[in-house]
Amino acid sequence: MAYRSGVPVRAGQFLADVRRVAASFPRGDHILNVCGDRYRFTVAFAASLLSRKVSLLPSTHTPEVIRQLKLFAADVFCITDEAQCGIDLPRVAYPERSPADRAGSAEPGDGQPVEIDAECLAAYVFTSGSTGTPLPYRKTWGRLVSCVRHEAERLGLLDGRPHTIVGTVPPQHMYGFESTVLLALQSGNAFSSGRPFYPADVCSELSSVPRPRALVTTPVHLRTLLASEVPVPVTDLILSATAPLSRNLARDVEQRCDTRLLEIYGSTETGQIACRRPAVELEWQLFRGVRLSSSEGQTWAQGGHIEQSTPLCDVVEITAEDRFLLHGRLSDLVNIAGKRSSLAYLNHQLNAIPGVRDGAFFVRDEADASLAGVTRVAALVVAPGVEVSTLTEQLRQRIDPVFLPRPLLFVDALPRNDTGKLPHEALHALAAATLKRAGAK
Amino acid sequence: MSDNAPLRQPAPPVDNSVLRAEVAALIVAALNLEVAATDIDPQAPLYGDGLGLDSIDILEIALVVSKQYGVQLRADGEENGQIFRSLDHLTDYISAHRTK
Repeated sequence: MAYRSGVPVRAGQFLADVRRVAASFPRGDHILNVCGDRYRFTVAFAASLLSRKVSLLPSTHTPEVIRQLKLFAADVFCITDEAQCGIDLPRVAYPERSPADRAGSAEPGDGQPVEIDAECLAAYVFTSGSTGTPLPYRKTWGRLVSCVRHEAERLGLLDGRPHTIVGTVPPQHMYGFESTVLLALQSGNAFSSGRPFYPADVCSELSSVPRPRALVTTPVHLRTLLASEVPVPVTDLILSATAPLSRNLARDVEQRCDTRLLEIYGSTETGQIACRRPAVELEWQLFRGVRLSSSEGQTWAQGGHIEQSTPLCDVVEITAEDRFLLHGRLSDLVNIAGKRSSLAYLNHQLNAIPGVRDGAFFVRDEADASLAGVTRVAALVVAPGVEVSTLTEQLRQRIDPVFLPRPLLFVDALPRNDTGKLPHEALHALAAATLKRAGAK
Repeated sequence: MSDNAPLRQPAPPVDNSVLRAEVAALIVAALNLEVAATDIDPQAPLYGDGLGLDSIDILEIALVVSKQYGVQLRADGEENGQIFRSLDHLTDYISAHRTK
């Protein structure tokens, strides 16, 4: 069910580890599992299920978030596999077996399967700060399982061959939790315990496990992997999520790695609900049972594993009963001179231009005196070797002139965080610095 | 613990100061930092505190370093930011692994 540094771990060993770790838990019904090693995270998660505790999965572990977690659940404690863990909560160190013990025991005694009730409350996930104040969402074990079983079916992981999943995303993040940990547990496949970061580490982690292999990653890591020119071992499937993937990058990845690249759509509230193959299709296909509907100017998702009808934060065009197009986030809507667009739509157009590696539009601060009262968009772009005039001309052909960036700033990289998102503050700080420098010249 | 160990000459200290200046300049240029390359404290952490680089910056520098010196950075099971615990450490790493 898992590989630790290339060494297989069988289900019986896993279950024995789960029972041992569950026995080490203190009282307290809520647990923050910050184990960095994917295997230890999974053992601790299963141990919390077994002992009827609820896992809290916030998107970050900043002191402010920890403070909020304590307000949410006063009895929360933290399990960690790091010697120096700065989290201000009662802590349990992950009780790792000794290397001799790990090497010696072939099949431990208590490897009996465990049944978890579908109605069991497994976790609370929290929406990230970018969509407002963190809010908790209940996840029952049955709903989590139903979601990733549909995912496994859609990704073609149920063909009877034992796939191994390598992930660059943390198991604590909703995407990594679903697509590395739960996906492997619930589809008869395995995951690799590491969380490789540098391209060379990603490739060596991939080579350490047998084929067929799947890589669960983000656009940022894919971009770096391609640019690094490290030979990528044969990888049968690559998954991307967290930020939109441009069609150019998707095609490059498929060609260079001779693979199938699928993109996942979902949210913390709903879990994953759809996927597509961006190199060849624009439309997203919903997971089995999930349906969309429009009302009150918003799109709602319901059915399948979704507990209750949930509004999506994106502009969605429903194209068929089980298909849709995405046109960007609601909060990204821009209205200029009576015309409406979205930053995501503009970003998509910018990133589709040949030679553009990354790019993002943003709405300029109205505080800027020269812009008083007028909304204007600007853009930061990473496009080495491309002339401003060429880029502007290309944009002119794709978007309405009112949305042309004023100015279009060339930078070496965008300040994406480690899930590939662009925090508003970081984007604006970089823009301000670049503008200042441009003004000084 | 070999018998002839006392006879061995200690390895001459490698002078990495030229490379260090080059790497500092590379980081500043790659990330468009608002500091001068010569102002980076060679002992201070580059990751998190100190220069305040985040994990995406580090991926970016890893890429530049691989192109410039032919060395692919590896965490080798350590924390990803370990190689970046100081400019000196990064320079030593490159010096030991460079192929061009």
